[in-house]
Amino acid sequence: MSLLSLQRTMALAVMNPLTRSEHMSGVAPNGERMKKYASRFIKPNDRLTSFERLEIYNKQYWFRLLAGLMEDFPGVQAILGNRKFEELCRAYLQDCPSRSFTLRNLGRDLEGWLRKNPSWAGSRQAMALDMVRLEWADIEAFDGKAEPPLKAEDLAGSSAGNLRLKLQPYIQLLSLHYPVDSLVLKIKGLNEDTEFSSNAFRERRKRKQVQAIAKLKPARIFLAVHRVDYTVYFRRLDESEYRLLLAIQDGKTLGQAVSHAFATKKKGPPPEPAQVAGWFQGWASLGWFCANQPKRPAR
Amino acid sequence: MPANQFNAFTNYGVGIGLRTPHYNHILTRKPVVDWFEIISENFMIDGGRPLHLLDQILEQYRVVQHGVSMYFGSAEKANREHLRRLKELVKRTKTPWLSDHLCWGSVDGRYTHDLLPMPYTFEAAKKTAQKVREVRDFLEVPIAVENVSSYAEFHVSEMTEWEFLNEVVERADCGILLDVNNIYVSSQNHSFNPMTYVESVPAERVAQIHIAGHSKYEKYILDTHDHPVIDPVWKLYDRAIQRAGHTATLLEWDDNIPTFKEVHNEALKANRFLAKGVLARAV
Repeated sequence: MSLLSLQRTMALAVMNPLTRSEHMSGVAPNGERMKKYASRFIKPNDRLTSFERLEIYNKQYWFRLLAGLMEDFPGVQAILGNRKFEELCRAYLQDCPSRSFTLRNLGRDLEGWLRKNPSWAGSRQAMALDMVRLEWADIEAFDGKAEPPLKAEDLAGSSAGNLRLKLQPYIQLLSLHYPVDSLVLKIKGLNEDTEFSSNAFRERRKRKQVQAIAKLKPARIFLAVHRVDYTVYFRRLDESEYRLLLAIQDGKTLGQAVSHAFATKKKGPPPEPAQVAGWFQGWASLGWFCANQPKRPAR
Repeated sequence: MPANQFNAFTNYGVGIGLRTPHYNHILTRKPVVDWFEIISENFMIDGGRPLHLLDQILEQYRVVQHGVSMYFGSAEKANREHLRRLKELVKRTKTPWLSDHLCWGSVDGRYTHDLLPMPYTFEAAKKTAQKVREVRDFLEVPIAVENVSSYAEFHVSEMTEWEFLNEVVERADCGILLDVNNIYVSSQNHSFNPMTYVESVPAERVAQIHIAGHSKYEKYILDTHDHPVIDPVWKLYDRAIQRAGHTATLLEWDDNIPTFKEVHNEALKANRFLAKGVLARAV
């Protein structure tokens, strides 16, 4: 058996789903009995069969990856409940095994996968999708790239209408159907709460609180997920504010961005110029704008 | 032999792994620690708090990079994105040497995020050594490969684990990160004498040593890094130091992490063996 062939054979078994009782399946991915499959390449010893030795790696794989998703998506877990969330994770990992050297990227395909596989979230798909997007944005904002902030001199000589501003790469803009930001903040608060002495009591109480707050009612919200002093924050935005930022992020000039943001507002009059100026001041004070990279000279 | 080409002729003493629960203590109390080992993958990112904290650590301490997903033994080629990010980090930390495991963990672009055991074959040794050379040439730092704990052995193996390790490091002309806890764990799981392993390693290639604790189950031992170092592992460490001389030593503690002081005190127990080893070699 060549190195590649052995590694493919073992990886298939290691990544094969566990049974409901969290043991290695009796059936190998190729339909063969797993005992026979394992014994073809793994030696038994005086204490463990080939099957049992392989099972150690099979369990480690699933426990490690499930723990990773649970750590990254506690909000989705709160919405769906522990059992449904775990079932969803197992199905996701089967369809989308990790293709990155880092576990940090494990959940990057979860939104797309859940859109294609709505049944895993049942009647809560819309809320779960919003939560997946928010929790992934949280990860991206946490360790995303920051560029030098924009300085006044960077704007010298630019006319306001043709000015092309650039948002910091770590800023994530979201339009959501549920106020899931409040749910995430509650969950983070509960996880940090250590006032209760008994673990079991704390878990029971936490589960009840989470179940209660997971019953959110729909409400359209717009969010900027950003960071200040290396801590991630969720900032609620007005719809026009969100559209303006989105247009800037898309690379539109300031003139185009303003036209785009205010032309598409469905309800109410456009914001007052003073209000818009206030937004820009707020964004600038948070360091949301960065200097544009100098363009390469044309050849 | 206080230093060698595989640790860039440095003379590091006892270090500990840099772990999140200890950041606050380290940055506020500034304890005296000879060096910290970081998990490279935790810092192969674009920005944010982890890199900010790392920069603060780098202002005050020496840091050595240790990786968990280079997978020198995987049959597929090294991931270019991984290498690019790793090189960026090497420039940032100025790590004198870099270590990762003698194992595999990915195939056909799919990652298990585990340290899977190698089949001890000549084909595997040749391919692994070639990959070590490629990585070293790209990163331009000395490489040390670490022996892993394992729970399975393969029918196709043609040699012992230590023979395989020797075959790889000779072919790659690289260093060894000798994990004496991993030797102990594997010796119990595969019924070999761990001292034979320590005696068989080319001492002149040992760039660094890992010590750690583990968990004992009914039929096997699991490398969990969540306990103090046990006496049989200290004995292996003692012998390794007698053979290799004063060697950069690191305590790994990754789960149920106690206070900084407890971890550091456990690591500093290595000093009595290091001192004894120096004396023994001096006479």
